[in-house]
Amino acid sequence: MSRTPLPYSPKILELFRNPKNLGRMENADASAVAGNPACGDMITFYLKIGEGDVIEQASFESYGCAANIATSSILTEMVKGKTLREAWEISWKHVAEEVGGLPSVKFHCGVLAVGAMRRAIRDYYRRRGEMPGWIPEEPTFEEKQALEEEELAKRLAKRIGGGT
Amino acid sequence: MEWFVMGGVEELIKAHGELEKEVYLDFENSSPVPGEIVEVMLPYFNKVAYGNPTLTHKPGWEAYEAIWKSAEKVAGFIGAREPEEINFTPGETEANNLALIGAALKQKKNGRKIIISEIEPLSVLHVCRMLESYGFVTVKVPVDEEGIIDLEELKRVADREVILASFMFVNNEIGTIEPIKEAVEIVKDRSPESLFHTDASDAYGRIIFDVERLGVDLATISSYKILGPRGVGALYVKSGVSLEKILEGQFGTQRLWPGVENTPLIVGFAFASEKAFTNFERNIAHMRHLRDKLIDGILNGIDETLLNGPKGDRRSPDNVNVSFLKCEGESLTVELSLKGVYVSSGSACTRRILQPSHVLLAIGRKFEEAHGSILMKVTRYHTDEDIDYVLQAICESVARLRTIYGSMGG
Repeated sequence: MSRTPLPYSPKILELFRNPKNLGRMENADASAVAGNPACGDMITFYLKIGEGDVIEQASFESYGCAANIATSSILTEMVKGKTLREAWEISWKHVAEEVGGLPSVKFHCGVLAVGAMRRAIRDYYRRRGEMPGWIPEEPTFEEKQALEEEELAKRLAKRIGGGT
Repeated sequence: MEWFVMGGVEELIKAHGELEKEVYLDFENSSPVPGEIVEVMLPYFNKVAYGNPTLTHKPGWEAYEAIWKSAEKVAGFIGAREPEEINFTPGETEANNLALIGAALKQKKNGRKIIISEIEPLSVLHVCRMLESYGFVTVKVPVDEEGIIDLEELKRVADREVILASFMFVNNEIGTIEPIKEAVEIVKDRSPESLFHTDASDAYGRIIFDVERLGVDLATISSYKILGPRGVGALYVKSGVSLEKILEGQFGTQRLWPGVENTPLIVGFAFASEKAFTNFERNIAHMRHLRDKLIDGILNGIDETLLNGPKGDRRSPDNVNVSFLKCEGESLTVELSLKGVYVSSGSACTRRILQPSHVLLAIGRKFEEAHGSILMKVTRYHTDEDIDYVLQAICESVARLRTIYGSMGG
């Protein structure tokens, strides 16, 4: 419970103040949530997918710290115009690099953003009933981390009895 | 790879631009020192009393005199009988460490049981965890939804095995004023030889108390929490109570803390105490007024908000702690900073691990309520205009962050 210094990069602050691609997408072809308010971190990622599985538009909603908002926002920019396969290849480290670096305790923000995006892509193909070979059966690191964070929050809530 | 960063924050500070107004409310975590207190300290750096107070020359005796006078003043404000009962330390953390470790080591022949509450500061909780690894046993007494310690449970767990009890006088996060006198009676009734410590850092200068009447053996107070300089605090140790030292070295005027005394800070602490107790009733009434204005303004002006801790007289006159749903606390502190309003949060995002404030969880707040909390403290220097500005900044900031939350969760 000790505190840690949080030297945010100018890019994080800029994206926090003026997040790009913010808001629910009504006609999304794919969407997914990662985290929950009990973790203090939640992201919803929306994708509009066009011909050739190219991402035409991406948007997000977020509950979380400045780094969470910034990493979600930058990821919506990074995936735009990419095919789903190309987007899938983006890792949390790419996201962290793109926002000018993350303080170590904020790595999980980038992880959660990528986790939400990959969940959305996986779900998109699952609903179409055609899972491409480049999507591994097992959840990737980022997807696993998102799941672990959600489960940890549940366990802590049970153990500490944080409210009713 | 440039994915890891731990560098300067010049750009971050620059991004704040020219602020229209700045209101600092993070008095829990540090404090600006008012000019009049700095003025009093300045000569002690190089004009007078710069000697070591244990040495036989004029600058040394001047330092001795300054420290003695400071101890006399502080002793007077807490109802201590003798200045020797005031042991200056580098702060609240160090005073709590000295109290708990020093008492536990001294008392270990009598037993191993230590009683604390669930909402103690980390310098008590973590010290107890450390003591546990050396064979001591800590029992934590729960608190109710306002943060008041459960005296019935204390009666149940306090027995003759208890060697030490430590309860905060006023909770630093949620402002709850605890029934310390009653707790002392319960513990001493069941274990007369035990020692009772209270961290009174958030009570000092806000409520009048008398250590003799409370019946405590040990009490921690802190300088920056009454607008004095950081780096100094004190542990009251009742005459006749003996503690083990926890640091070794050259001891001087402070029989329990080695090293050369920091005379300017000690003088600043004593003067800050004097200022806190001058026009006391008027200042406290002013703080209560601003506190309630801030609390009511938030609760009435913003949907889905909760007050953490009690209302009215059972709450410290300076403490405001509120939770906003659908608005995470760390991002709120950043957003408010950009508007020149400085507060802290009980969110896990400002901490190393996922768990938010243990105090908020102990009073039954859900995780998402604790993550959305902010803590503010008002002082006698704040004005109605300051609070108006803060309220407007909070309303705007929460509204913007809730647009980022958007439609999630329905």
